Parts: sequence; C-alpha cells; structure tokens
Amino acid sequence: MNSVVCIAQVPDTESRIKIGADGRHIDEAGLKFIVSPYDEIALEEAIRLKEKSGGDVTVLSFGPDRVQQALRECLARGATKALHVKGEVADADSLGIAQVLAAAIKSVPHDVVFFGKQGVGTDNSLVGPMVAELLGYPQVNVVTHLEAGDGKLTAHRELEGAEDVVEATLPAVITAQKGLNEPRYASLKGIMAAKKIAIDVKSVADLGLSDGDVYNQRVKIVSLELPPEKSGGRKIDGSDAAAAAKEIVKYIREEAKAL
Amino acid sequence: MAGVLVVCEIQNGKLKKTSREALTIGRKLAEAAGGELVAFASDAAVADDAGRYGAKKLCVAPLGVYTTEAYAAALKQVIDDVQPAVLLLGGSSNGRDLAPRIAARVNAGVASDVDRLEWTDGKLRARRPVYSGKAFATVEVTGTPAIATTRPNAFPPEETGGGAAEVVNVNVPAIEAKSKLVETKTPEAGELSIAEADIIVSGGRGLKEAANFSVIRDLAHAIGGAVGASRATVDAGWIDHQHQVGQTGRVVSPNLYIAAGISGAIQHLAGMSSSKHIIAINKDPEAPIFRVADLGVVGDLFQIVPALTEEVKQAKASH
Repeated sequence: MNSVVCIAQVPDTESRIKIGADGRHIDEAGLKFIVSPYDEIALEEAIRLKEKSGGDVTVLSFGPDRVQQALRECLARGATKALHVKGEVADADSLGIAQVLAAAIKSVPHDVVFFGKQGVGTDNSLVGPMVAELLGYPQVNVVTHLEAGDGKLTAHRELEGAEDVVEATLPAVITAQKGLNEPRYASLKGIMAAKKIAIDVKSVADLGLSDGDVYNQRVKIVSLELPPEKSGGRKIDGSDAAAAAKEIVKYIREEAKAL
Repeated sequence: MAGVLVVCEIQNGKLKKTSREALTIGRKLAEAAGGELVAFASDAAVADDAGRYGAKKLCVAPLGVYTTEAYAAALKQVIDDVQPAVLLLGGSSNGRDLAPRIAARVNAGVASDVDRLEWTDGKLRARRPVYSGKAFATVEVTGTPAIATTRPNAFPPEETGGGAAEVVNVNVPAIEAKSKLVETKTPEAGELSIAEADIIVSGGRGLKEAANFSVIRDLAHAIGGAVGASRATVDAGWIDHQHQVGQTGRVVSPNLYIAAGISGAIQHLAGMSSSKHIIAINKDPEAPIFRVADLGVVGDLFQIVPALTEEVKQAKASH
C-alpha cells in the first residue's frame, strides 16, 4: 500500500498576522512556518498504513525553498520519500495548486492520496477534492476514521452532528480531520535517518505544466485587511453570582434578543 | 447568461438553513447581474420553499441522499442547461464537498466560506476570512460559472413572498460511481452542532476537569445552544474535537457566544470573535477574552454559570 501525502507549509497558528507591502499577501518576515496541523494528521495515517501493510509514504509539497524544511520534518516522522515542486504557491489559486499536485502525484506510485481537510491559514478546503476530480478518483472529505486494504477503503466522513460511512475503490483521495489519530513526534533516530534521504526537486515545467496554467488566478486576491480591533465592552463584577446572572440574562434578552 | 444557480439541501422536508441563506444572497446577486435565480435540489417538494426565497425555477434531480459523484454529475448537467454566471452552495459539509469537485470539472474558481458577496463590473467579488479571521481577503472570482460557498449565519434568510418555483426535471446522466454511501450514523441524538448554531456555550481550561463540562451542557441545554470548547480541553481529552472552536477547530459566528473559563488564546479568539454578541465569564480580569467580549463577567464560573442556567430557565418559563 503506497501513499502520497500532500503537505502545505503554513504560518504557526500562534502567529500574529501582518499585511505585506502590496496589500494582497501576508508579511512573511519573522513568521515561523509549520506543517499545516491537518496535514500532520494525514501524514500520521499514511505512516500507520505503511507500518501495517508496507509500501512507501511520499510527502509532496508545492512551494518556495522553505517547504523543504517541512518535508524534512515529515521524513523524520516516518515518510520514506519526498518530492518538492518549486513555485510561488502564494500566487497560484487552489485549482492551480491542484493541477501541480495532480501532475506530481501521477509520477509517484500511490493507492491513497492524503490531504489535511484544509490548509490552516488560507482555509479554503478546496485542493484535495480538486485533485480527486482532476485524477478521476473518488474522494472522502473530513475523515475521522479510515480502514484501507484489498483495493478499497472505508472512511467515516464528518457531517454536522452526524457521520457518513463511505466505501471507495483505490486509488482514492482522503482529507484528514482531527480525531483521525494523534500524530507522533519525530524521534532522534527518525531525524538522523531522514538526513540520508534526498528530496527530489522538480519544476512546474518538469511536470509538463506552463506558468500560464498554474498561475491563471481564477480566484484573485484584490486586498487583504486586518479586522477592526475590538476594544472590549462592559465588564462587571461577578462576586455576587445571582446578581451577575440577572445582569447576563438582561443582556441576552435586550441586546442579543436570544431569550 | 447572467443568472445565479444555488445548490439546495433538504432537511426534514424543508430547505436547510444554509441553503435559504445562499438563496437570499443569490437573489440579490441575480438582481444586480440582471438574471434569474435558479435552485437545484433533489426533491420537487421544496418548490414552494425555494420560491419563497426568490427562486423562479427549481431543477430537480431525484438523487436521494448526498454522494459526491452522483451530485457532481447532475450538477454539471444543470450548469450546462442553465449556464449561470454564478454558482452558490451553502457552506455545509456537503456544500464544501461538492464545490471544489465541480469547480475542477468546469475549470472555475471557488471563493470558500464567504461572508460578503457582490456583483460589480460583471464580476463576482467576495470577502472571506483567512487565518481563521485574523485577516479578511477580498477576492475576485472568474469562471463559468464563478463559484462561492457561503459562511453559515453570514446571510440572514429573507423571504420574498414569491410563489412556488417552476419545477424543471434534470436529465440525470448515468455514472459508474467509484464510491458509495454505506450508512449515515447519527450519534448523540439531540446534540446541536456548533457549525450552524445560533447560540454557543463554550468551556475552557477553567472547568478544571472533564466531568465539569456538565455545567456548560446544562446552560447550553437550557438556552437551546450548542456546546463549544477550547483547544486545551479537547487536547486534554475532556470533550470530543467536534466541539472545538478556533483555528484548528471550527470558525463560528453565532448570534450569541458565551465563553466560560476560556482565557482567550489567539487561536481561540480567531475562531469566535466574529460572533455578534459575546459574553465572557472568567476569574482573571486580565484574560484576553475580555478584549473581544461585549459583556465581561469577572468571577467564578462554578458560581455564575449554574446561577445563569437557573435564571435562563425562569426567563423561558415566564414566556
């Protein structure tokens, strides 16, 4: 069973976001980048699949040179191969990214293609299903439980207050949700072993795509803005719980009109 | 063509709230673009309901429960028939599953989870929160059609008083599906999901242990809200991740958000600060949560929340 795990490198979730000089991108200066948290869950699931039934786990990322650091981290956790497609991911829309990844995935043996359910930050939740469509594969989105083998998989897909159990033939695309597993940390042994693995580097042109395909922004960012700073509202003393409760109910009834 | 097509979902025989929201903004876009509002659903029974929110036509494909491949194939057929300028889907689990699939099929852009939409200069312009609401991006979407998924609670449904939509049957293409739905599990009967709730009551580390979530549940139950949670409590295993509000949980914008024992880590604030009314209860007067709260109560949640639950029950009983 071979897996490909598509990795997005994103600003640490604790980061303060600043707008860049062009007013359309974030200012990357001083930002710490991490593997997108849902992608960590996707990677863990692929590693568990490999530990159970063998095969390779290839981690794949499209982006500038800094994404190699994310790929290294994934190798240290247990991925066996890494592929970096060089490009300005921030200038491509989701479908442009999906086209790059779909072309790259074709060059690697795979039964299951894993994504996180969303890239934390851009929060689009689009690339995984787009890749599934481009490759003609079935998709199961926002997965909290997975079993794969014998040319098919069964996955639990999270809905609003319910879940679907979906069966799909392989190859298939899975997007991972929290709860699927608890991702492991890299071991020292893993970190040492990862250093011996060479990261395969390709350009968009190597994949047979042109910049015109990849950077044809069907979704174009016109501007990026910070939300207005909230100053905080009224603060009351709650040492008399009964009085505070009355005050809160008054607010709920009169302001929120929710009672 | 300049029309707007809205993919509608049905729940208990009626249009789902996210679908009514998408129809409402879809009608405004259709007016601006000078075209018709068309709905797509799996049952003609919602023709009245769709008309009430401004749809002139309802394209019906009797597909039953949602599966990606069958719905994508039928939707592609409807797009070919109707040729809309804009395609909208409510930002539900199914809407978010279908939008990227169809976008890749028709080579169109998708603006996800938008909270503003307008039609200007012959283009679809959308605003969407990014970095879990730490910033807002305004985007221009191109494609035939241009596609967007609407953020739950961002577009309050408005009835137009229109009559039933004219039903048009879709010539559903036969496909060989590579996936199938085995079953739908509905656990925890009666538990409201935070995704679409109007009221959310959330607990944080201040609860001290898992069992104390009962304090939060009691209030949520009394007020008719969903139970939310901070990342710390989910990571500690006190409550299931489906309840997590924040950057690695759900980004929510209910009418009322009550945070008890949540100090307000940046990633939690990002997930809830766009709520319309925020009440925070915390014993630390310096807690960051108070910066986004409309009403802050400094005190012991174990005293205040149960008192509030009682007060809410009385207020409800006196109605």
